[in-house]
Amino acid sequence: MITGIPQSGAFKWTYRAYVALFFIFLALPLVTVCVFAFNDSVFPSLPWEGFTWAWFFGDEAPYIGVFHERPILRSIVTSGIVAFWVSVLSVAVGTCNAFLFVRHDFPGKGLLYILMLLPLIIPGIILGISILVFSSSVANTLEDATGLWFDGLRPGLILVVLGQFSFITTFATLVISARLQKFDPALEEAALNLGATRWGAVRAVTLPFLYPAMGAAGVVAVLMSFENFNTTLMLVGSDAPLTITMFDRLKLGSTPVLNAVSLLLIVVSALLGLASLLLEKRQD
Amino acid sequence: MADRSKLTFYLLLAPLLLWLVTLIILPHVGMFIVSLREKVGVREYETSFANYAVFFNEPLYWNTFARTAYMSVASTVLTLLIGFPIAYYIAKLTRGRSKTTLFLMCLIPFWVSELVRTFGWMILLRETGIFSSLLQYVGLADAPVEMLYNDAAIMVGLVYTSMLFMVVPLVTTLDSLDDSLIEAGYDLGASGIAILREIVIPHAMPGIVSGCIVVFMLSLGNYLTPILLGGKDSLWFTGLIYSQFITRFNWELGSAFGFLLLGLSSLIVFVGLKLTRQSLGKTMAQT
Amino acid sequence: MSETPDLECRDICKSFDDFRAVDNVSFAVPQGKFFSILGPSGCGKTTLLRMIAGFQKPTSGDLLIKGRSVVDVPPNKRPVSMVFQHLALFPMMNIGANVGFGLRQRGVNKTDVKKQVERVLERVGLGGVADRAVSSLSGGQKQRVAIARCMVLEPDVLLLDEPLGALDLKLREHMKIELKQLQSEFNTTFVYITHDQSEALVMSDQIAVMNRGVFEQVGTAKELYYEPQTAFVAGFVGEANRFAATVEETGDGTLTLRTDAGRMLTGVAAGQGLARGTAAQVFVRPEAVRLSRAPQDATGNAGEGTVQSVLFNGANSQVLLRDGQSGAEISVALPQTGEFRDLQQGDAVHFCWSPDQTRVYADG
Repeated sequence: MITGIPQSGAFKWTYRAYVALFFIFLALPLVTVCVFAFNDSVFPSLPWEGFTWAWFFGDEAPYIGVFHERPILRSIVTSGIVAFWVSVLSVAVGTCNAFLFVRHDFPGKGLLYILMLLPLIIPGIILGISILVFSSSVANTLEDATGLWFDGLRPGLILVVLGQFSFITTFATLVISARLQKFDPALEEAALNLGATRWGAVRAVTLPFLYPAMGAAGVVAVLMSFENFNTTLMLVGSDAPLTITMFDRLKLGSTPVLNAVSLLLIVVSALLGLASLLLEKRQD
Repeated sequence: MADRSKLTFYLLLAPLLLWLVTLIILPHVGMFIVSLREKVGVREYETSFANYAVFFNEPLYWNTFARTAYMSVASTVLTLLIGFPIAYYIAKLTRGRSKTTLFLMCLIPFWVSELVRTFGWMILLRETGIFSSLLQYVGLADAPVEMLYNDAAIMVGLVYTSMLFMVVPLVTTLDSLDDSLIEAGYDLGASGIAILREIVIPHAMPGIVSGCIVVFMLSLGNYLTPILLGGKDSLWFTGLIYSQFITRFNWELGSAFGFLLLGLSSLIVFVGLKLTRQSLGKTMAQT
Repeated sequence: MSETPDLECRDICKSFDDFRAVDNVSFAVPQGKFFSILGPSGCGKTTLLRMIAGFQKPTSGDLLIKGRSVVDVPPNKRPVSMVFQHLALFPMMNIGANVGFGLRQRGVNKTDVKKQVERVLERVGLGGVADRAVSSLSGGQKQRVAIARCMVLEPDVLLLDEPLGALDLKLREHMKIELKQLQSEFNTTFVYITHDQSEALVMSDQIAVMNRGVFEQVGTAKELYYEPQTAFVAGFVGEANRFAATVEETGDGTLTLRTDAGRMLTGVAAGQGLARGTAAQVFVRPEAVRLSRAPQDATGNAGEGTVQSVLFNGANSQVLLRDGQSGAEISVALPQTGEFRDLQQGDAVHFCWSPDQTRVYADG
């Protein structure tokens, strides 16, 4: 912090006002969404008709709350399943990648590293269509050749998981590699010196050191998977994850039940985000 | 021993290759091949640049492409201008707990789904929305005002959505600027503006570049914000891709569009990195 | 001495919340002098320096540069320049741009900037490096660039914030001499703060010893060393044997004391408030103690002890004695005449020192 630079009072206050305005700008849409989850009206807009819990617990039309709204509940479950698999897969592959890039030197390493980063700069919608095009042509070829059906390669949850996995793995790799880089190999050597096998040493010493990073990567993966839209949109089949269901509702206009879902999402994502920060902090 | 470590190496290499080849490389190669196919009959194709020719011959397509590009540039510049003072404030004018709090307050909105954020702006901006009602209530308008479905609404949404990706790298680089450099500048007689221009901005350049690259890419590839805040006629290139794929089932043209978008975004990243002599890995590590 | 001093502080105070960092400090530095402020870390010297530079505003008091009050002048308008602790050379600029930075801020035209930068770099012995990167310089060269960057602006006062702290020992020794030479070459008033007494003693014309926000004593290096006015200065500047004692008798200027360990001493009162029966601190420099094999005539403070250990360090060798009478440990500079070359642990020796090298301060 710079204390030494004298600034005129007017400048200081203008600056502070600007910062305050900025944070109002940041908070405004989220606060609005949350507030209107409690409005006793079928539209999420003014006038304020009074406070209600109906958009959470209501079960009479048109006041059907989140917890009685089948399609939304189902899509939350779908999102959860997708997020789980994406998280597990990307942390597993990310951990392997971290060991590969940090511990091994091999020809073509630089090129592979760049390739590994590529998913970050490919727009999500293009990742989605490329996987869609590719898996469909593979499915067509296979079906022509064998006469069997390959539904897994058609738009659906498997493709959604693969599509999200294809770029979230990069984040997982970066987070876990950063942690592995700080690991002192002497610890592993000490374990070997004390009679552990190579795999035993990794499992007893290195992996526990990586757990916080793997946990943080897993939480971040869940968050990113839950809120992903662009890639998912191109790969989704009949079972829609939450963002897709909400998007369809939004286009049509909807009751404040969407606000209620959003409020839940905000709370859960904020908690998950804080959890990932705490996990990363524990590393120090 | 050597065999064992070779085995480990291949075991570690396998998932990486499987991931990159089947989910990144082959799909893009496949998409490129599809984009070169011209449909001449039922399940009959010829290789040609016909799809790309369609793009250049149809003004709607390349106008949309150009519009998407310059709107993305505009949103990147706006995000930088709005975000820089905030990042400077967080990095240099606060400390301890209030610094952590402000930084967290910047992060939280971005853990929430983009859909929810956009939904918030819709409630605020639409004809029956909060701003419209407020304007009427104060007497500045006597009929509902529609603030959605225009370029300004798209811009607000894009800036809002990308802010984090600008502020975080900026805070990181500004944090690493030694305060005594700024003090030394003042001591040697510089004004605030001169310090900003000669010391702060040159130091923050890596953060500015990586922030701008990420924000530009996110805007270019954004679908939700332009569609929801800009409406059906928002003319955003990702919208064209979507309609070619999902509504019109013209995958050949859609793939060509996809490649054009990918080309533009890669070009910008490449030029940005070259201009400032940064490496992709270093830049991405900041975000 | 009617000439106005380059820098004058009048009753400067600085408080942070309920902590008083600088308490009523007043001093004046005449033109062209090398003035050091010496004190342990946390004594307030950095705060004082930052107030002179303008980075902090005094809670009360006045600051004058060449007779003009600068309390309300912002740092970028003050005729003082500062060499920062870690030098703060701008890494985004080459050496020439660093040195020319201040001139450019003044709107000097490009060719003049170039000329002046080259001239000042030559004066600090670094001609022709203007186009090189800062990182290509060694520690000592960076030091000189930092000074050149300030001197090119011809400030009335140059402030230096422990700039030698980051250097290794050998280079530090060398830079002490070089800094002093640069100062006399530029004939500019230097205000130098440090916690390292040897830096202050070697370079300064005047030294202020600062402790807990106040100046304990201001004087030349010799005055501080031979006539410290407070117990803190006596203990902080140079080495000293310290005994806790009680005043037994007072005479004209001389005192008789009994140390807590039970030895009688005669000494001179160096401070106030030394009445009979008061607790006191007695300081004796190691080099004031004379050693001999045979008993000496017993004027002054004398006794016999055994050698505990010999700490050989060339010209700075020391002997640790155990006083046979009181059991107190006394550190003595080993005479370099060769007479005590074979001194060994367990040897019995006689020691004595004169009363006027026995300085007594009231305890507290």
